[in-house]
Amino acid sequence: MFPRELSSPIYPHQPTSTVIVILLLHCTQCFFLPCRLAFCNRESRTSRCLVVSPKQTPKLLGEIAMDAKDILGLSKTSHPASQEKKSRTVKESQRKPDGISREVYALIGGVPPLMPAVEPLQLKKRPPTDEKITWQWLPFTSSARKDNLQLFHWVRVVNGVPPMGDYSFAKYNKSVDVVKYTDEEYEKHLTDDMWTKEETDQLFELCQQFDLRFIVIADRFPSSRTVEELKERYYKVSRSILIARAAASPGDVSEHPIVKEPYKFTQERDRKRALSMVLSQTKHQERKDSEVLAEAKRIAESRMAARNAKESELPITFNVERAIVPSETLSPSSNSEFPSAMVAPSTSMAENTSTLASLRMLRVYLRTYALDQMIQAASSSAGLRTIKRVEQSLQELGVNLKPRVPTKSVCAQHLELRKEILTLLNLQKQLQYKEAEGSSYRDSPYETPGTPKDRTFVPESTSFGGDVLGERVGKRDQKRKAPGRAEAPSSPAQPKRPRKLRASDM
Amino acid sequence: MSVRKAGESEPPQPEEGGSSAQLSQPVRTSKPAEDGDKKSTNKRLKDVDICVPIVYGTVAFYLGRKASESQSHKWTVYVRGATNEDLGVVVKRVIFQLHPSFNNPMRVIDSPPFELTECGWGEFEIAISLFFHNDVCERQLDLYHHLKLYTEDESGPQSTKKPVVVESYNEIVFPDPLEACFARLQNHPAVIVPRLPAGFNLPNPVSIDQKNDKERGDTKDHPLSQWFLNFSEADELLKLAAARQEVQAHIVNVRRKLSMLDGPPQLSKPPSGYEYA
Repeated sequence: MFPRELSSPIYPHQPTSTVIVILLLHCTQCFFLPCRLAFCNRESRTSRCLVVSPKQTPKLLGEIAMDAKDILGLSKTSHPASQEKKSRTVKESQRKPDGISREVYALIGGVPPLMPAVEPLQLKKRPPTDEKITWQWLPFTSSARKDNLQLFHWVRVVNGVPPMGDYSFAKYNKSVDVVKYTDEEYEKHLTDDMWTKEETDQLFELCQQFDLRFIVIADRFPSSRTVEELKERYYKVSRSILIARAAASPGDVSEHPIVKEPYKFTQERDRKRALSMVLSQTKHQERKDSEVLAEAKRIAESRMAARNAKESELPITFNVERAIVPSETLSPSSNSEFPSAMVAPSTSMAENTSTLASLRMLRVYLRTYALDQMIQAASSSAGLRTIKRVEQSLQELGVNLKPRVPTKSVCAQHLELRKEILTLLNLQKQLQYKEAEGSSYRDSPYETPGTPKDRTFVPESTSFGGDVLGERVGKRDQKRKAPGRAEAPSSPAQPKRPRKLRASDM
Repeated sequence: MSVRKAGESEPPQPEEGGSSAQLSQPVRTSKPAEDGDKKSTNKRLKDVDICVPIVYGTVAFYLGRKASESQSHKWTVYVRGATNEDLGVVVKRVIFQLHPSFNNPMRVIDSPPFELTECGWGEFEIAISLFFHNDVCERQLDLYHHLKLYTEDESGPQSTKKPVVVESYNEIVFPDPLEACFARLQNHPAVIVPRLPAGFNLPNPVSIDQKNDKERGDTKDHPLSQWFLNFSEADELLKLAAARQEVQAHIVNVRRKLSMLDGPPQLSKPPSGYEYA
């Protein structure tokens, strides 16, 4: 592998001033031990140079250079050597920076990073300052303290001048304005059956002390009262006091939050209870809730669609192309299971009636449109393949996919036929599954050695009515085999091979 | 069939299980611009459908010697009653939207028979919009028909005598019609209405203003009537019945087999000793 840097040819046509020297070094990279060429990378630690001096015999140089190029497989076109420097600098920018290996550099993109990195050298630099900074241990006072305690701390003194101003943390000494009532006020406004004056006073003292942290207050309160009770009492008192004091101008306080929205005990209690319930819901519960919500949303949306269809006053109604199919499935879970004969009718009934309902909401519609909607509703539980199979069966029966004379009765019959074909296909599938299950049991014990196991399963082809013939064939075979062989009692020897309906069957 | 009148404020009765789709909303109320008949009730007949069977399509003649590059065929597009009765009782106006290369591509036909004859050379899709009388329906109904000028087998010269005819049968259904509308239409041959139970009181039919430029609105003796196709539901019904029978037979078959398989499963299950791993 050759170092990629070297793409510039070595062989100059014109000898230039740059001195080019060949160093006969062992080139560890190119494995061409005999070539003994080495390549120069100014920055790299492994400095190997290929420099050719024009002072030496040009012929020899040329030959050596050509040999080198041959070995390396480089192009033989020449560049003036002056470009070498430029190309080399270009190459240098493409070369990897120091500090990380080449492979790592390639891993992170092989290009220089987008953001200029902060040079570590810059971080330590600081503007030279002409101020004299000293640190002194000085006393200070804080406006937050009410006593005269003298405290000390380190202070950054600039040019012998200590900083002015209050203690910087004093501004954080905030407290809540807890209402203070007099005894007369208590007598007049605040008496309560559930609360004695003593208790109320205690409460307010604690509120003042603990800055309305009711959890703590409830904990410290001598008699056991719940947080909600304490809150209620406190807010009630505050509200009454506010209103009483502002009796002269009630409008002023009406903006106060506690006056506008008084504390509601029951509401708070219920809210907290609901919150704790939500928090403690199990995953199972959550899933159930989201399912129910999704279902409700779907129903609401289908109603919305039906309502829009009814109420829209747009003059242009593309009845023919309308796409609303409000198929409300009564039992969503059963649809995902293998549709049994019992479940299918109930869901199709629901879809039927809801499609009918949505059709009635239209002021006018075409019979073919109605038929399409009903067909869509009926086959909403069927996959695309099943639908194609139904259509193929219809064709084989000689029935038009879209009736040529779509009268009411024709459409009804057509729909019923489609449903019956669907039922038949489902039953056939069931039968196949059952047989697949059963066949794993019906083996060696019941067959003599030598009986060929021709239990190949033909995947249900889209042909119609195969069972009849399959059975007939099976019976015939059984008759033939009976004398000589023992057979599995309840399994047909032939697989159920559906066959194409023939014209003779019609 | 129970027929109920749904007044303006009465919520619609739920059908069998479809109640979730029905909203308890008042039925759409009367249109204020009713033809001055203040006595007309705006009640609708619930669970009643008025059905109008129609046939729409095109008949195209090759012009033969008279044909030119731009006018090689003369064709007629129309909407007619399936039994060639007059559709004017139901349809107020039909608008045929032609290819934009035609002059005035939006052709309005205000009176029956609703047809349009033109000359041209190209095949395109014609949009047919049906507008009904006010008491029948306020919304229009759109149909689409592809104009066919050439037969499938392009071999041989085109005949000027035998046209290329493409017709489609369909039925327009008006669910829950107004009483007045029902009264007006119930005896008209172009319309199929269900029989109401005896003693049902309908308002007296008021005939509406019908434009009749032409003498008759029906297409029974229409010049093109010899080319009209026949649409008989009997054939289809027969075929459908036969198909259904066959399918039902197969279903019975498969059901029987399934029950056989379910029946004696113990026999086919080998005793545990012989089960092979």
